[in-house]
Amino acid sequence: MRYILNRMVQFSRTRLDASFAALSDATRRGVLEQLGRADASITDLAEKFHMTLTGMKKHVGVLEQAGLVTTEKVGRVRTCKLGQRRLEEEVAWIERYRQLWASRFDELDKVVEELKRKEKVDGRKN
Amino acid sequence: MDARIESEPNPLKNLTTAERKSERELLVTRTFNAPARIVFDAWTKPELLLRWWAPKSFGVSFLSCELDVRVGGKYRFVFAHPASEQPMAFFGRYLEVTPHSRLVWTNEEGGDGGAVTTVTFAEKDGKTLLVMHDLYPSKEALDDAIASGSTGGTWETFEQLDVLLVDLGASVGRS
Repeated sequence: MRYILNRMVQFSRTRLDASFAALSDATRRGVLEQLGRADASITDLAEKFHMTLTGMKKHVGVLEQAGLVTTEKVGRVRTCKLGQRRLEEEVAWIERYRQLWASRFDELDKVVEELKRKEKVDGRKN
Repeated sequence: MDARIESEPNPLKNLTTAERKSERELLVTRTFNAPARIVFDAWTKPELLLRWWAPKSFGVSFLSCELDVRVGGKYRFVFAHPASEQPMAFFGRYLEVTPHSRLVWTNEEGGDGGAVTTVTFAEKDGKTLLVMHDLYPSKEALDDAIASGSTGGTWETFEQLDVLLVDLGASVGRS
């Protein structure tokens, strides 16, 4: 598990920049706090923070870009929730995927080394 | 969307990186200490491919490996896994074949949600940078692949792949 967490730290560099930018705004921090208590629609959030729908949509968009929030539209209502869990699953999956290919490529190295040696021997014969 | 992961620095092994390049794309990169023609051979000759595609740590073994490496040609890999009675199969068609530099194929075992895989081999100073790019038909298709534990090359039975990944995870954990 620590292994995966280490990888997450490395992976997050780009995302972290986006996260810090997203968190630099008091309203967006408030939205995260609010979503930590319960999922909410954009309309709910706009009312709560005394903002227009358009303004709140922008804030949620920034949080979504940073992977901090996910949204889902059901009918005419767009519901927002904290995005961290899905992100962790994705990071863990990509790490498994990377390990799968790294294992294959380590074996491929052996095949490649053998072909190189064979080429050398064949080259000397000619 | 830039989930990028790099392996531990290791002087003996070249780095394998994997990232979700966009909503629809996965990217894997690796350098090999050999000319492109050698690496390309290992991807296109069945007797070579079956030596590395399913390492022992996966717990699966090849039942058959058929490659018809030309545009429109088909491929089919069939594996056995001790935890599964049914064999697992990967199959699809080659869309592009450019010797020593580029391969493109479809992954059709998962139906419409399968990715198109492009592998490029770029040689420089006797080494080859391999870039493997999976393009999914939609964001949902890649999200689904991730949610179900699939690995890009989708499998006939996701459950069996989960077994494979658990095995792989366990063997990585031990090393």
